[in-house]
Amino acid sequence: MNEVKQMLAELEAVCADPKKQLSDALTQGKKCIGVLPYFCPEELAYAAGMQPFGLWGAEMQVNDSKRYYPAFICSLLHTVLEMGLKGMLNDLSGIMVPICCDSLKGFGANWQYGVGTVPVIDVAWAQNRRLDAGTEFTRAQFRKVLGQLEEIAGHSISDADITAAISVYNKNRAALRDFSAAAARHPEAVSPSARCAAIKAGYFMDRAKHTEALQTLTTKLNALPEASWDGLRVVTTGILADSPALLQILEDNHIAIADDQIAQESVFFRVDTPVTDDPVLGMAKRFETIEGCSVLFDPGKQRGNELVELAKAAHADGILWVMTKFCDPEEYDYVPVKRKIDAAGIPLLTVEVDQQMVNYEQARSAVEAFAEMLRA
Amino acid sequence: MTEMTEKKPAKIVLRDLQDKIAQDAWDAKQRGEKVGWCASNFPQEITTAMGIPVVYPENMGAAVGAKGGGQRMCEYAEGMGYSNDLCSYSRINFAYTDLKHCEELEIPFPDFLLCCNNICNCMIKWYENLALELDIPLLLIDIPHLDAKTCDEDRVAYIRAQFDDCIRQLEEITGKKMDYDRLQEVMSISQRSSQAWLRAVGYMSAEPSPFSGFDIFNNMAVACVGRGTVEAAEAFEQLADEYEALVKEGQSTFKGEEKYRILFEGIACWSNLKFTYKTLQSRGINLTASVYGPAFSFLYSNLDELMAAYSYVPNSMCFESELKLRVDDAIRNKVDGAVFHMNRSCKHWSGNLYEMERQFREQTGVPTIVFDGDQSDPRCFSEAQYETRVDALTEIMEERKKEAAK
Ligand code: SF4
Ligand code: SF4
Repeated sequence: MNEVKQMLAELEAVCADPKKQLSDALTQGKKCIGVLPYFCPEELAYAAGMQPFGLWGAEMQVNDSKRYYPAFICSLLHTVLEMGLKGMLNDLSGIMVPICCDSLKGFGANWQYGVGTVPVIDVAWAQNRRLDAGTEFTRAQFRKVLGQLEEIAGHSISDADITAAISVYNKNRAALRDFSAAAARHPEAVSPSARCAAIKAGYFMDRAKHTEALQTLTTKLNALPEASWDGLRVVTTGILADSPALLQILEDNHIAIADDQIAQESVFFRVDTPVTDDPVLGMAKRFETIEGCSVLFDPGKQRGNELVELAKAAHADGILWVMTKFCDPEEYDYVPVKRKIDAAGIPLLTVEVDQQMVNYEQARSAVEAFAEMLRA
Repeated sequence: MTEMTEKKPAKIVLRDLQDKIAQDAWDAKQRGEKVGWCASNFPQEITTAMGIPVVYPENMGAAVGAKGGGQRMCEYAEGMGYSNDLCSYSRINFAYTDLKHCEELEIPFPDFLLCCNNICNCMIKWYENLALELDIPLLLIDIPHLDAKTCDEDRVAYIRAQFDDCIRQLEEITGKKMDYDRLQEVMSISQRSSQAWLRAVGYMSAEPSPFSGFDIFNNMAVACVGRGTVEAAEAFEQLADEYEALVKEGQSTFKGEEKYRILFEGIACWSNLKFTYKTLQSRGINLTASVYGPAFSFLYSNLDELMAAYSYVPNSMCFESELKLRVDDAIRNKVDGAVFHMNRSCKHWSGNLYEMERQFREQTGVPTIVFDGDQSDPRCFSEAQYETRVDALTEIMEERKKEAAK
């Protein structure tokens, strides 16, 4: 148990100081590429021997970013921009910016004119992701990204390099799935914050090293004796569920995370990249099967069906929707997806979170009331 | 009386045409034909050529806002669980979908949905919800935001494939066949309308401008949705002729002296249209530049260019092209200042607005203001803030005029 604690603490330390990971990579002579959510082809940067560095915002107050974005843009983008404007991300050699929500579409220009020093790599992928032409468009656009990465890296990137990088990422995804399952079996050993940190650390570390750490951790978790858990189990959904205050509130209320449909967590690792002759085609084809994310075209709201299935499979007591404030894709999804959850008779709690939030009293009361209701 | 003066003014012709387009959809529905709800910048060439009636929820949102129903409908949608953060057009539409009634304006309910995200991705989420709610097919033409000044070949090929797929699906849904000769014809009529529209708005460069620039907000609805019809082409030609005649006479439909000329950036605040207009007009300020002028022209000469043209709409172009469009328009139309609408509804439009305003000011050298508002939710607009900022702008424009006169 102590070893598990120790390992989780190490991964929590990575998340507490991502900048250290960045400096370590730079010291090793690696270039680093910032990667904004969602679904950017970071494997290509990895294939070039560069280190992808996830940019999911930070718990901080913003000031300078308000000269670019109005207040009603999500804190994820505000805080990443703020870090850029403050020069905290100057060590990056580029930043991948997708266009899959309206707030992201404005990010590239704000970054370019505000930060300037770190070049923007535009990433487009097809929303009509089940049309062959959509897959082909994504493939072609990812090839374009590859070209830009080659320029930054200063050397070409072969298909063999890409295939190897995809394999590293698929192994990482498998390790993350195994870890998530083990964490669900051992809520007594893996708190919500520890679970989140173990997953999130991968965005800042070398993926291969992250895989090793997770595999060892999972083996140790699996070796623990079966423990009884008299707390509650929920499935989370949303963009991010990494707010330390919220995760602490869950822990305080004996709520474990049985599974998730969080963009930063399982949505990243639930589906592997298929192996194809043209490895970039496989990366594009992956979009044909991913579900559960509000920035993906989802005409039947399969997200709701998947969420209900996840909750049932995990024998969860309820679903916790961690709503990122000012995130319109999530806010649109909320009504129809909630309806599906309600129809399945699964209790749902929605908590609005913002990385600049300091007062969590309302969230605490809501979680307490939800937990009480579930226990009744 | 000459034949010219007996004619209805183009403004009325355009309004009647808009009413006719709406009525045609009702009549078609009555006859049992399939009717669609359609995103405003969906390639209208497809539906016009196939003779498929469609209506535009965004236009309904604007009209409901203008007629005073915006807040009520938005609040109803919020009661359904929709955040007040979301585009007010969509909130009005969700409310209407649920209530099946709206006292300000009603549109026939759809049998299918035509979505296009060149203006925003919120459109996708909005239409996904409608498709589920109404249990009807949703056809999406995904037009990815441009990352360069021109639309690349990958995008053209992707849009083209979706165009073909959409036609195939529409044929299945409606039982109507696409006639490709007719499509060519609609394309050339659309070009005729676009040219006439460009000529009409081009007269804004005259001093004084022959019309009150707020008219653009009303006329662009037809420019956007009806331009594939001969009636629209003729109406825009008439409009351009009327403006030309006014320019020759040095006349204008703008009430009062045109002391200052401005660019107005963004969607109109429909719920506060009168106030936003009066505040400017009473100070002698006329709108002589708007992105709705040049940006709604959709110029092309073949199908591939048509695909690309749908990427060159406001909100879909890269920042540099968006900026150039405004700066060129402002310079050509000799503006003295600019008013930027920070629209609470529209995240993409607002996401670069501060930078747009800064660079616009630097490149044109004219003073600018930004005000907070919303196209159809009056709760986001403050009369006091708007008035104070317009006053500040007027003061600077006045000072500059005095300086220039010295
Ligand atoms: S999807 Fe939501 S949280 Fe993510 S960048 Fe867009 S608005 Fe922000
Ligand atoms: S106002 Fe903005 S968000 Fe709303 S439909 Fe138009 S472009 Fe989209």
